[in-house]
Amino acid sequence: MAEVKLHGFWCSPFSYRVIWALKLKGVEYEYIEEDLLNKSELLLKYNPIYKKIPVLVHDGKPIAESLVILEYIEETWPENPLLPKDPYDRAMARFWIQYGVTKCADAFGAFYVASEEEEREKAAKDIVEVLKILEDQALGDKKFFGGDNINLVDISYGPSAYWLPAMGEAVGVKVLEPSTLPKLHAWANNFIEVPAIKENIPDYDKMLAYMRDAREKLGKN
Amino acid sequence: MADEVTLLDFWLSPFGMRVKIALAEKEVKYEYSEQNLMNRKSDLLLKMNPVYKKIPVLVHHGKPVCESLIILQYIDAVWKGKAPLLPSDPYERAQSMFWADFIDRKVHDISKKLWTTKGEELEAAKKDFFECLELLERELGEKPYFGGEALGYVDIALLPFSCGFYTYETIGDFSIEARFPKIRAWVDRCLKKESVAKSLAEPEKVHEFILETRKGLGFD
Repeated sequence: MAEVKLHGFWCSPFSYRVIWALKLKGVEYEYIEEDLLNKSELLLKYNPIYKKIPVLVHDGKPIAESLVILEYIEETWPENPLLPKDPYDRAMARFWIQYGVTKCADAFGAFYVASEEEEREKAAKDIVEVLKILEDQALGDKKFFGGDNINLVDISYGPSAYWLPAMGEAVGVKVLEPSTLPKLHAWANNFIEVPAIKENIPDYDKMLAYMRDAREKLGKN
Repeated sequence: MADEVTLLDFWLSPFGMRVKIALAEKEVKYEYSEQNLMNRKSDLLLKMNPVYKKIPVLVHHGKPVCESLIILQYIDAVWKGKAPLLPSDPYERAQSMFWADFIDRKVHDISKKLWTTKGEELEAAKKDFFECLELLERELGEKPYFGGEALGYVDIALLPFSCGFYTYETIGDFSIEARFPKIRAWVDRCLKKESVAKSLAEPEKVHEFILETRKGLGFD
């Protein structure tokens, strides 16, 4: 029988993207927790380029980079499709996933490391601007990016649904508010209620403590 | 019946060249629309790519596809009959996507530093560039192409950056052929293909453009 293993980290949203996809596809896998301060020989062997989690190992063959892993999972286990079949719709789904990598990642990164109040306010404002486009053009009036059910676009933005609010608490400025981003706010609440997500998410308080600790180490609090 | 394909592009863009190679490989007829990015962006470009306002944009039956790697995947899915760009095996596909993503993350920004910096910064950029090419050369190994026996997704993702090699070598005072003979041989092998030769910008023209730009930035 085919063997699937996932090297992950309990607090990493990228790790969870892969877990969610595997759960939605009903794929059995073995989870291996990596200590990021003491990475295993196996991880370094499987991902020599970036030395990061998550890494999916299927029949001994490693795949790195969460978004690459998501596409691999989609192709290897076609049941419960998580991307549209039509090439154009598929291209649009990938476009919005990529938007998260380019615009969102930069905005979130700046927010996470913001120290001065002015910096925090500006970073928060930038995030709202970037997310407004996502809300208007990608989500619209749909419940999820995937329509009635979640798909890879929702999964790729999972970190925004759960990690971003915690980041907001850690930084001291909330960003995903019903007043500024009503549809995305509703999406976030709906997303974390989906059973596959709800049952596979880190403890909020533990995660918040971890983020606060990490920011302190960076000298940001 | 014409498939109604238009490509919004800028002659110097490596991302646009990727799309040109792919369309040529697939023998797709299309209308080429040069966008002069030095002036005000055209209404067409702003309408077709409102989010990033960038080229390349592939317009198919009036609908725009943006982001070069996404465009390549789209082209591969729509024009399936000829010259597959991505492998059919899911694991091999994932490896191709990994390397194309690596190229996107590293090669463009690092190679830009090779002509926009000097002194210590330039030396640091050279070091990063060499590390990049070393990894890529190792990935290429003894294969004629990154795609194996035929030109593929990773080849197309990387090739356009070779237009700048002459410029980087001249400014940085190094030789890619000497340091990375397999990469050099791979570029020359790919240039023998018409789809590549007619899609890549001429290194001399790229060099001229970059030197002009450097003057404007205050170099030399």
